[in-house]
Amino acid sequence: MGEFKVHRVRFFNYVPSGIRCVAYNNQSNRLAVSRTDGTVEIYNLSANYFQEKFFPGHESRATEALCWAKGQRLFSAGLNGEIIEYDLQALNIKYAVDAFGGPIWSMAVSPHGSQLLVGCEDGSVKLFQITPEKIQFERNFDRQKSRILSLSWHPSGTHVAAGSIDYISVFDVKSGSAVHKMLVDRQYMGVSKRKCIIWGVAFLSDGTVISVDSAGKVQFWDSATGTLVKNHLIANADVQSIAVSDQEDSFVVGTAEGTVFHFQLVSVTSNSSEKQWVRTKPFQHHTHDVRAVAHSPTALISGGTDTHLVIRPLMEKVEVKNYDAALRKITFPHRRLISCSKKRQLLLFQFAHHLEVWRLGSTVATGKNGDTLPLSKNADHLLHLKTKGPENIICSCISPCGSWIAYSTTSRFFLYRLNYERDNISLQRVSKMPAFLRSALQILFSEDSTKLFVASNQGSLHVIRLMEGSFKHLHTFQPQSGTVESMCLLAVSPDGNWLAASGTSAGVHVYNIKHLKLHCTVPSYNFPVTALAIAPNTNNLVIAHSDQQVFEYSIPDKQYTEWSRTIQKQGFHYLWLQRDTPITHISFHPKRPMHILLHDAYMFCIIDKSLPLPNDKTLLYNPLPPTNESDVIRRRTAHAFKISKIYKPLLFMDLLDERTLVAVERPLDDIIAQLPPPIKKKKFGT
Amino acid sequence: MVEEDSVRVVRCGGSELNFRRAVFSADSKYIFCVSGDFVKVHSTATEECVHILQGHRNLVTGIQLNPNNHLQLYSCSFDGTIKLWDYIDGILIKTFIVGHKLHALFTLAYVFQLVSVKLPKSSSQEIEAKELSFVLDYINQSPKCIAFGNEVKFALVFYFVYKISLQFTLSSSKNKKHAKNNFTCVACHPKEDCIATGHKDGKIRLWRNFDDDKKYTYTCLHWHHDLVMDLAFSVTGTSLLSGGRESVLVEWRDATEKNKEFLPRLGATIEHISVSPAGDLFCTSHSDNKIIIIHRNLEASAVIQGLVKDSNIFTGLMIDPRTKALVLNGKPGHLQFYSLQHDKQLYNLDIIQQEYINDYGLIQIELTKAAFGCYGNWLATVEQRQEKETELELQMKLWMYNKKTQGFVLNTKVNMPHEDHITALCFCNAEKLENPTLVTASKDGHFKVWILTDDSDIYKKAVGWTCDFVGSYHKYQATNCCFSEDGSLLAVGFEEIVTIWDSETWELKCTFCQRAGNIRHLCFGRLTCSKYLLGATENGILCCWNLLSCALEWSAKLNVRVMEPDPHSENIAAISQSSVGSDLFVFKPSEPRPLYIQKNISREEVQWGVFVPRDVPESFTSEAYQWLNRSQFYFLTKSQVTIPLQKAEESLPTTPFYFILGKHREQQDEKINEALESELVQLPLTENIPAISELLHTPAHVLPSAAFLCSKFVNSLLLSKETKSCEEIPEDVDMEEEKESDDSDVENDFTEKTQDTNDTDLGEDIIHQLSKSEEKELRKFRKVDYSWITVL
Repeated sequence: MGEFKVHRVRFFNYVPSGIRCVAYNNQSNRLAVSRTDGTVEIYNLSANYFQEKFFPGHESRATEALCWAKGQRLFSAGLNGEIIEYDLQALNIKYAVDAFGGPIWSMAVSPHGSQLLVGCEDGSVKLFQITPEKIQFERNFDRQKSRILSLSWHPSGTHVAAGSIDYISVFDVKSGSAVHKMLVDRQYMGVSKRKCIIWGVAFLSDGTVISVDSAGKVQFWDSATGTLVKNHLIANADVQSIAVSDQEDSFVVGTAEGTVFHFQLVSVTSNSSEKQWVRTKPFQHHTHDVRAVAHSPTALISGGTDTHLVIRPLMEKVEVKNYDAALRKITFPHRRLISCSKKRQLLLFQFAHHLEVWRLGSTVATGKNGDTLPLSKNADHLLHLKTKGPENIICSCISPCGSWIAYSTTSRFFLYRLNYERDNISLQRVSKMPAFLRSALQILFSEDSTKLFVASNQGSLHVIRLMEGSFKHLHTFQPQSGTVESMCLLAVSPDGNWLAASGTSAGVHVYNIKHLKLHCTVPSYNFPVTALAIAPNTNNLVIAHSDQQVFEYSIPDKQYTEWSRTIQKQGFHYLWLQRDTPITHISFHPKRPMHILLHDAYMFCIIDKSLPLPNDKTLLYNPLPPTNESDVIRRRTAHAFKISKIYKPLLFMDLLDERTLVAVERPLDDIIAQLPPPIKKKKFGT
Repeated sequence: MVEEDSVRVVRCGGSELNFRRAVFSADSKYIFCVSGDFVKVHSTATEECVHILQGHRNLVTGIQLNPNNHLQLYSCSFDGTIKLWDYIDGILIKTFIVGHKLHALFTLAYVFQLVSVKLPKSSSQEIEAKELSFVLDYINQSPKCIAFGNEVKFALVFYFVYKISLQFTLSSSKNKKHAKNNFTCVACHPKEDCIATGHKDGKIRLWRNFDDDKKYTYTCLHWHHDLVMDLAFSVTGTSLLSGGRESVLVEWRDATEKNKEFLPRLGATIEHISVSPAGDLFCTSHSDNKIIIIHRNLEASAVIQGLVKDSNIFTGLMIDPRTKALVLNGKPGHLQFYSLQHDKQLYNLDIIQQEYINDYGLIQIELTKAAFGCYGNWLATVEQRQEKETELELQMKLWMYNKKTQGFVLNTKVNMPHEDHITALCFCNAEKLENPTLVTASKDGHFKVWILTDDSDIYKKAVGWTCDFVGSYHKYQATNCCFSEDGSLLAVGFEEIVTIWDSETWELKCTFCQRAGNIRHLCFGRLTCSKYLLGATENGILCCWNLLSCALEWSAKLNVRVMEPDPHSENIAAISQSSVGSDLFVFKPSEPRPLYIQKNISREEVQWGVFVPRDVPESFTSEAYQWLNRSQFYFLTKSQVTIPLQKAEESLPTTPFYFILGKHREQQDEKINEALESELVQLPLTENIPAISELLHTPAHVLPSAAFLCSKFVNSLLLSKETKSCEEIPEDVDMEEEKESDDSDVENDFTEKTQDTNDTDLGEDIIHQLSKSEEKELRKFRKVDYSWITVL
């Protein structure tokens, strides 16, 4: 594996924002997650829960509701009173419609997917017709006294239940009038609370309305008579979310105590048809409020203030005991937030609204393997660059020479030149960016920092030549005819001749920079690409996919390399394929062409192509090779995958020079420490 | 029938009431509990023991109501039999011989089957029925691990099999992760397909959908912090009851975690919970041998308290001179007063008066010594707590009997009465007695004499105890002390030496030394033998000294464990311990030849013994048994499981009910020794007409209906026409008998009848089982009969 001096960076003060809504789409098996900063992320559950798309957040656009409509259309509504539809191909916002009812608290798509209902601050429930292009206001339902916090359609589409403060209304969709008003008990553990907020409702096909409220109750109502049928007191705090499975045989609720409860419809006796709802298992995977839950056919999905997205498979629904049967906890985005200038040993950290540039510390001390070396010079925080405007940063990059920084928001692209005069740094914005450079999904500098590659959200790729303080637009690669898919990942060869670009689903395109034309397209694969890199000298393109497969493609030969074919034939080790998180970064050792360095959030791996591949019987995660063991044994047990799990959660790892690595970690405890305190619970014996 | 002239050891009380779940009768009027070899029937309203169903020859291990006739009760025992009882009359109806040790018994409502569990080494389960016989393996020892659902037999067997597989898969798979996830008990929902299991980590899991291999699901309820001892569903299944070491009964309503009710401070670990079929009562069996009957609204309504069995009985057995109750260690820190006649606890006296904290490894204050003095007017207790070798906390308390409150009141508290452990405590019980005297002997080498003195001051008149004299002998540890009967002499044992002190002047009179090991027991002879002093040593020598000649009268080689003088005679009982068992010797100090020897009274080591004076003296003529005329001898063995109190002499408890319902004759037959005449002579005058006295003395709630008593009552008054009435009644009896036997054939078609009870008895008992309507019919029939005769 070789010995490296590792910069163990823990000063990346990144805190993901809390999850506000989750929406599961059964047809495409995708999950939309919105965060408190307005970011919307799309996870592909079929592709190993990979976060394949994201829409950057906006300060004024706090999402309160998220839902999928017919034809894979995603809508969100928020406190700015707008309903937004997202363009999942171009990864931007298609349009925003003001509902004119004040802040929107809830939204629901009709079972047929053609109508959209929003509940507003002023107590109005507004029905919108979803047209192929837009949405169109149809009419208002009877206006209620207070804000509509939750909405649920009856599966037949004839009735709607709306949760408000202290009561639940049932509307007839045809007439738009309230049929029933079901008052909810304000009592909370014998004490009368001021108000009882209905955080969620669910309308079942048998007419039962399930409500969850701020008093910690889960209540079952008969919508035909408007009466309370059953009451489950499950928490001492708010129950904030509910999601029902499609079969209506189970549902899940999330509480402010961080507990997720599963309810199941269980037959009373084995030979009677009578069934009852029974609270079964509680899951405590969160420390804070569970703001949103979703119920996929095989899993319970929950997310909340503690920023984790937890996917808890239902064991009885999982057919085979494989990777899908494991609990998933997704905390960090599956994209790169850090870039590194190798020459000047700089790290660029991307936050939602600012960028930070740090210079790595250095040491003069030497030590044995495993020693912690004392720093002779501490890491410097060189730059804190705040964005203008309310939009979040989409992507950012620092050039390898360290003199350029580029970043982009949804509407603007920024390029800065950094001047170093000994210890002083001056920042100079490159003005007059061309009109087409408005928004970028990915930015990359060439190895010699003379070229800038920008993937825009129209699917086009811009190549810009950088000069001292100015730039020149060289070329734009237009997307393949017929596709509008945006490119999210870029890789450039160290010699600057080749550029590889990948979208979310289609294959990887390789462009020849010299001739400014498309060189070839790597055959598309079922799973999205998570990382790309082109090896020096050989110009082999290494591609990592979300199913943990790694391919090596020779660009000059336009075919997969021999090694790649061998490993595909033999297959990866089963433990390798069972890893949780996608590979987010690939790099190469300049002196060792046979090595591929890659990492995910929990491990760092060097693949040595010269060594034999491991089979399922060999130990994949070998500890650091013991020094006293004889060479023979070591050689016999050695295989191509050298894995280190010392650094986790690992957000970024790259090679600075031949003997130096930089690893950026973000301990979860540090994130939790920055979150608001959770609800205090008395624990027995403490 | 018992042999005429033998003295038997009878296990007479103090058995575990909490060995198995108690069972309610269908109307919740009675509660049944196992009690050693017996089944006790208590009234739920009054706590009174109504019947004792006896007949099993070993520990009763399970009781269940007969599902087809709720007036009958099944019981099974380690003796390999299942017995069917009529509990209203307290008689045995049938016995089934299984021939294996039966550990538990289950009955099912829908199938007429009697399910019993036998657990020989193969651990298999057998259903004893006509043609069905299921054998299931791998069942846990305790019956708590088995429960039956509400379904018919197939579902049941299925449950059963599944339950077991569940038990095994879960416990094996989860054991690795959470070591404390073991199952402790199980209960089935009466209406739904739901199984509740209790776990070692205090969680209760409610399993549903368990007939599906994959889709089974469970709900977790967690309140207990220690293991869940027992679970029970209410009759309707709406609530679940659980209990454990916390001594809190938890009611989970609707099986939801937030909706629970508590009944706290039940005193001791809840071991079993049962629910009455009518649903109005619960009962909890506790580790301190009590059963609490609890109303549906979680209010304790009655307590049936047996003998509390603490693992350590330091105080030994004493007899309270006032109540004639047995006194010994009870609940931690308490002295219990236990009525031997009624086999029930009278009351607890809190000695330590501190909250008992039940925590493992905590060193508690222990009540080590107690003694009654001055005809029960004074009680002395010693408590100690030793955390380390050098830190001994010692306290002596003196309690005065208060006639007004009918209880003991603390009079004097002495902190550290001695420097070291107190080994003996005795009052001077002389009759003249101008001031009460107490002697304590201690390992610190001293014995102290405490006397009652006037402690009055300007505020109140009071008395208190003070130390009067401290004696020692060559720095030997004082191990025993004993007053002579007249109180004139005090004997104090100092290791191997016995010293005799004059109680007037506290002068050392003489010493005896036999060099045969430390003195273990010391006592003076009584009445005519008061000139003798007896001492038993650790090396197995029993010595008798003559106090007049100051010389050894006789000695015998006997490893005496227990030596107790009879307060009403010269007799002294000694129990020796050998490897085979314990032997009882009764002798008079005046002659070395024992009066009576009973070999092997118990296989276990006998810890304590005591003579209990009889209320009514017996008159055994046989010389060997004369020692039992005025007292009975009770002893206690050191078995951790059961500490049966035993007495040498058969004496069945004879409740008035027992007499009325015709068992009089049988009872008399079973009485050992002297025939009827002598006993009748001893009966008080009113007893000459038993029916009247029984009618007057019996509590109303246990009396049969007035209609039934009437004829008997009238008959007893009609002395002159005795012969006529006697003729008529047997006729009726025969007819009823026929009718009843028909009924019983229809009702249950058992063919085995192995009971050796005579048929007339059975017939007689069945008569009393007749319902009121049947009785009325019979009476009508009788009237018709008479008219017909007159017409003729």
